[in-house]
Amino acid sequence: MSAEQRQRAIEIRGVSRIYGEGEHRVTALSGVNLAIAENEFFTLLGPSGCGKTTLLRLIAGFDFPTDGEILLHGEDIAPLPPFKRHVNTVFQSYALFPHMTVAENISFGLQMLGRPKDEIKTRLDEMLELVHMTAMRNRQVNQISGGQQQRVALARALAPKPQVLLLDEPLSALDYKLRKEMQVELKRVQAETGITFIFVTHDQEEALTMSDRIAVMSNGEVRQVGTAREIYDQPSDRFVADFIGESNFLEGEVTTVSETSARVKLSSGVEIDASLPAGKTPSGKVTVVIRPEHASVGEPGPDHLNGTLEEAAYFGTDTHFHIRLDSGDLFTVREQNVRSVRDQHRKGERIAAHLGPSAAQILKDRS
Amino acid sequence: MSGAQKAARAAESRDIRNRWLLSAPALLIVIVAAVGPLFVMLLYSFMVKGDYGDVKFGQFSLDGWSSVLFQRDIFDDTLGLADAHLAIIWRSIKLSFLTTLFTAILGFPTAYFIATRPAKTREIWVFLVTIPFWTNLLIRTFAMQQVIRNEGLLNNALVWLGIIDSPLQIMYTDTANLLGMTYVYLPLMVLPLYASIEKLDFRLVEAGYDLYANRLQVLRRIVLPLVSPGIVAGSILVFIPSLGAYVIPRVLGGGKNMMLGNLIELQFGAGRNWPLGAAISITLMALVMIALLIYVRNAARSGAGHA
Ligand SMILES: Nc1ncnc2c1ncn2[C@@H]1O[C@H](COP(=O)(O)OP(=O)(O)O)[C@@H](O)[C@H]1O
Ligand SMILES: [Mg+2]
Repeated sequence: MSAEQRQRAIEIRGVSRIYGEGEHRVTALSGVNLAIAENEFFTLLGPSGCGKTTLLRLIAGFDFPTDGEILLHGEDIAPLPPFKRHVNTVFQSYALFPHMTVAENISFGLQMLGRPKDEIKTRLDEMLELVHMTAMRNRQVNQISGGQQQRVALARALAPKPQVLLLDEPLSALDYKLRKEMQVELKRVQAETGITFIFVTHDQEEALTMSDRIAVMSNGEVRQVGTAREIYDQPSDRFVADFIGESNFLEGEVTTVSETSARVKLSSGVEIDASLPAGKTPSGKVTVVIRPEHASVGEPGPDHLNGTLEEAAYFGTDTHFHIRLDSGDLFTVREQNVRSVRDQHRKGERIAAHLGPSAAQILKDRS
Repeated sequence: MSGAQKAARAAESRDIRNRWLLSAPALLIVIVAAVGPLFVMLLYSFMVKGDYGDVKFGQFSLDGWSSVLFQRDIFDDTLGLADAHLAIIWRSIKLSFLTTLFTAILGFPTAYFIATRPAKTREIWVFLVTIPFWTNLLIRTFAMQQVIRNEGLLNNALVWLGIIDSPLQIMYTDTANLLGMTYVYLPLMVLPLYASIEKLDFRLVEAGYDLYANRLQVLRRIVLPLVSPGIVAGSILVFIPSLGAYVIPRVLGGGKNMMLGNLIELQFGAGRNWPLGAAISITLMALVMIALLIYVRNAARSGAGHA
């Protein structure tokens, strides 16, 4: 079953949020459309200030859209205050109640929902177990570590069994090792509970490894929605290609177009095959993107990107070759290091980037 | 001990001596101006009263203390409870408590309002709250009198609106005392409350809403516990001066609604019973101390939970 066919947990239709007026006017979100399926691990990825938190706050009900509507299981939630939305949040700062213990924090939501005492107790034990905090249940929340606070925040938000869980950069305050552990934990918890997760991060690696689907955001707009592979292999525009992974951008002109690919004549005169962006048939001048690992270094030739080796940076598992192409562009090739080939290429040497099959991708926008 | 160590010790003790010398003037003022008079009061409370005020020095007596709570019957000379004094002590405690309660009820929304304004306008609001302090207490009290007296603003307005037929007698009642004290001491409640609400992390309020708490539950379960240090501080700042209020009950309460401050003044003035006046003063201080002790214990307990 594809994401589109499953029941939609959240649908965001033409949502904008504009703060301030006149010269203080800030467009935090503009015309955002998203459909998030049930049980999906959906990630909002984008640089700081692109509107991720704003979007979560609109869904949670702490703030209201200037325009557009938000549907929760098909129902417009605009009239509902946050305490009537079956959506819970794991706050970036955790926002644990400092005057309560771990157990009191976790049971708070169920208490407010007026659940019977024994149900609260069972659920509390379940949640403590889920996040491995049973031993800490009677600790004050400022007597536990950052990673443990993170777990309590997660348990507190999950305890009332929300229809959708919103997580605002929940791992950003943790150190690298703990973050890796929590990434695995979060995936496990999501799989075990089956709750829809909307996860916010500015860390592309985190987004790529954890998500079912990713929405890449920039300046209050959604630039591309897709699986990690789609976003990485077929970035729709220059921003996405640049923000996720490393990219080489080359300018060229479309000469012939077939069903799935086009011949592009680069400014150096070399013609290459490049796949088409989804939903758009390009013509005239275009930008193509080539990932460094989709090319390899080799002998110069008429069908290759010829140039001079400026630098070969050794990274242990792989080597980055920075080639100054004859067209003047700088082109990076990333090759895995194999024991038998070692240090064959020297600085200043004539060299070429050989493109693998379907290495080049035409971008939607020209810039 | 080596020479170097000795030199270090000497330098250290010189340092300490210098610090004492530096703080000597302040200590002297505290001792002479605060502890001294208290000691004099304590001494006076155990003396025989003079015929025209003052005390007969050197003549020890417990009369001053016993007449705080007890009085001799004029006819059979038996010892009975001093009802008038008890009534005044009770009124003082009751009115101070109610004043604290009312200033808290009025002050909390005010402080919350100020703390939730944009940072720039907050200062203006705080400034507005402090404006009454520019005016002398006596003048503010007389202003209150103008509002609540029979032909005053309030009664005239109520009669004109047809809500009442004849003016309400507010002057010279406990209500007048309460209104006056609530009005005068309100800023003392608002300021510490504002300080603690301003420090409140409003993301916790959002977290409360997120976890299905409605507005009242967020107030009770999250906001109030977290700003309780401000509530306690404001309560102390209001309760203590209320207990010793003098000008307000004198002007608004009249002779029949005396509070402890007026009783003390009476004993040192027309009553010509300085030992009794001194004993009541110390009683008042003891009441304040008890209130403070309760505060310190509460603060220690809530502090242990937060730190
Ligand atoms: N309450 C607000 N008033 C004015 N501007 C705001 C407000 N909240 C957010 N913004 C602006 O909206 C933009 C998006 O912010 P945010 O959603 O917090 O970004 P992100 O979470 O992606 O870092 C930023 O430019 C931010 O300054
Ligand atoms: Mg954010």
